[in-house]
Amino acid sequence: MSSNVAPATPVKSTGLHVGEASPGVAKRDPILIANQVRRQFGGLTAVDVEHLEIPRHAITALIGPNGAGKTTLFNLLTGFDTANTGTWSFNGKSLAGVSAFKVARMGLIRTFQLTKALSLLTVMDNMKLGSTQQLGEKLWASVFPMLWRKKESEIEEQALDLLARFNLDSKKDDYAASLSGGQRKLLEMARALMTKPEFVMLDEPMAGVNPALTQSLLEHILNLKKAGMTVLFVEHDMHMVRHIADWVIVMAEGKVIAEGSPDEVMKNPAVVDAYLGSHQDIDLGTVTGRITLPKIGKGK
Amino acid sequence: MDFLGILNSTVGFVIDPVTIAFSLAALGLAVHFGFAGLLNMGMAGFMALGAYGYAIGILTFGLPWYIAAFLGPLAAIVFALILGIPTLRLRGDYLAIVTIAAAEIMRLLFLTSTFGPITGSADGLSGHNSGSFWADNPLPEGQYDFGPFRGTELDWWVRIVGFLILCVAVAIVWLLVNSPWGRVLKGIREDEDAVRSLGKNVFAYKMQALIIGGVLGALGGLVLAMGQNVNPNQYVTSITFYIWTALLLGGAATVFGPLAGAVIFWVIQAFIGLLMPALAAEGLLLGLSSIQAAQIKFILVGIALVLIVVFRPQGIFGNKKELTFVK
Ligand SMILES: Nc1ncnc2c1ncn2[C@@H]1O[C@H](COP(=O)(O)OP(=O)(O)OP(=O)(O)O)[C@@H](O)[C@H]1O
Ligand SMILES: [Mg+2]
Repeated sequence: MSSNVAPATPVKSTGLHVGEASPGVAKRDPILIANQVRRQFGGLTAVDVEHLEIPRHAITALIGPNGAGKTTLFNLLTGFDTANTGTWSFNGKSLAGVSAFKVARMGLIRTFQLTKALSLLTVMDNMKLGSTQQLGEKLWASVFPMLWRKKESEIEEQALDLLARFNLDSKKDDYAASLSGGQRKLLEMARALMTKPEFVMLDEPMAGVNPALTQSLLEHILNLKKAGMTVLFVEHDMHMVRHIADWVIVMAEGKVIAEGSPDEVMKNPAVVDAYLGSHQDIDLGTVTGRITLPKIGKGK
Repeated sequence: MDFLGILNSTVGFVIDPVTIAFSLAALGLAVHFGFAGLLNMGMAGFMALGAYGYAIGILTFGLPWYIAAFLGPLAAIVFALILGIPTLRLRGDYLAIVTIAAAEIMRLLFLTSTFGPITGSADGLSGHNSGSFWADNPLPEGQYDFGPFRGTELDWWVRIVGFLILCVAVAIVWLLVNSPWGRVLKGIREDEDAVRSLGKNVFAYKMQALIIGGVLGALGGLVLAMGQNVNPNQYVTSITFYIWTALLLGGAATVFGPLAGAVIFWVIQAFIGLLMPALAAEGLLLGLSSIQAAQIKFILVGIALVLIVVFRPQGIFGNKKELTFVK
C-alpha cells in the first residue's frame, strides 16, 4: 500500500440534494426512493419512513441509536422482510414485494449485521458463490464440466484478487468456520463484491474489525465509490462516518429525524439528543487524530 | 449352529438387490440432507412410488419393464413438487413433519382396498417381473456361483440392472455435488439468507434437490421391486430410519459414504438377523425364542443410530469439519 491511497480527507461528493437539507429531502440523482415504508412488530413500529432518497455514486451513512430500525429498513429494502405498507424503487423499478434474490440480481446487494459466513464452505467457495456469471450453477449445465470450467478459473482469479485486498488470501482454503469474527465480516463484504453490485448496503461493516484493517476497509469503501458504485452503510463509529460519508441519514424510533452532510448532521441538536449525546463535541476533537492513527503506525 | 453358513449368507448380502436399493435411497437422502440440508423423513414414500410405479406400469398398463421403470421416478417428481411447494419456504423442520406424514399417507393409499384392483391392497403386487423383465434377461438359464455370491440367472439379472442404475446415479450425483450447482446447494445448507443475498433462487435449488433425491429414492424402490414382490408393509416409516442410519453411518455430505453405509448397515443387519435366531435356537440367549431374537436387530439399529450421532456425527467417510450436527 502506498501512502497516497488513504488520503486523510477523501474527496467528498457535494451538492447531492436539492434545497434545504431536511428529513426526506430530494436528491439530484437518487438511486433508491422509498415512500411511506412502515413495518410493525406487534405494537412496535420498527420502521416508519415517510420519504427517503439515497443519492447515486455517493457514500451514505445510516446512523441512529440501537433499535432505531436501521437493520429492519435494510431488510425491507432488500426483500428480506415484508413491509406493512409502502413502496420503494431502485433505479426507477419498483421493489416492493420483489423477492430478495431478485433484488440482489438487479444489483442491490446487502450484507448482514450478524455476519453470515457459510461456515462449512471454504473461504474460496464462499467467494465463488458471489459470482453471478457461472453457468454451472444451472442444474442442466452442472453435469457438463466443460461448460463451466473456464469460467470457474476466471471467477477464482477474481476472487483471489479480492481476497488479497481484504487480507484473506492466505485463508482461501480454510473453512469459513475457522475465521475470526472480524475476518468473517471481511469475507462477507468481499463476497458481496463478487456479485459486482451497483448499490451496496453494508450493515455495520466495520464492527469488530481492527483499526489497521478498518483503515483499509474504509479505503475499499471509498474505492467502491470511485468504481462507480453507490454505498449505504450503517455504522456506530462516528469517526468513520465523518471520514468517508458524503451524506448522513439519522434514524430514531423508526423515523428519519435528520439528513445532511456529516458536519451539519452532527451539529443538529435533534441528532445530538437522540443519538450522539452531548459529549460528542469532545470526541470530535479526536476524530482527525484517530483517522490518521494507522498512518502513524505505518510510519514507524 | 452353522456359523460358516451364516457368514457366507451374510457376505452374499453385499450384492443383494436390497443393498443396492438402500444405497440408492441413501444417496438420495445424502442429496437431501447432506448437501441441501433438507430433512426428508419420508424416503419410504419415494421408494414406494418407485416400486408401485414399476409394478403397476407392467401389470395394469401392460408396459414393457424399461418404460414402466420411468413411472416411479416421474411420480416421485410430482410427489416432491407437492411436498416442496408448501414447505420449502418454511423452516427446515416443517419439511420433516410433512414428509413423514406424506410417506405414511402414501403407504395407506397403497394399502387401502379402494384401489385394490390396481395396488393389490394388503397383498401387494406380484408377477410383474415374470413378463418382459425376465424375458429380456440376456443370461442363459442356470445357477451361477462365485464363492459366497450365488444365484440363478434371474438373481444376477436383477443385480446387474440394479448395479448399472446405481453406477449411473453415483456418477450423476458426483458431478452434481462437485459442480457450481452443488456449491450453491451447500451454501443453502449453511445459510439460506446469505445465498439469497447473492442473488440465487434458493427455493428453486431446494426444489431441484428435493426432486433429485426423491427420484433416487424411487429408483431404490424400483430395484427393490425388480427383485421381489411389492408389498405396502415394505415401505413403513422404519425403512426411512434404516436409510437415515445408513446415511449417517457412511457420512451424510459424501457421495460414496451413503453407499458404504448402506452396505455395512445391511450386511450387519443380515448378520445379526441370522445369528440371533441361531443363537436362540441353541438356547444361548436367556431363553428368548428365535422370533424374539430376530427382533433384537431392530433394537441394535436404534442403539447404533444413537452412537453414530453422538460419537461420529460426520460418519465413517465424512470430513469432521464438513458436516457435524453442532453448528
Ligand atoms: N423480528 C423481529 N420481531 C420483533 N421485533 C423486532 C424484530 N426485528 C427487529 N425488531 C425490533 O425493531 C426495532 C428495530 O430493530 P433494528 O434491528 O432494525 O434496529 P437497528 O437500528 O438495526 O439497531 P442496532 O443499531 O442495534 O443494530 C427494535 O426495537 C427491535 O426490537
Ligand atoms: Mg442493526
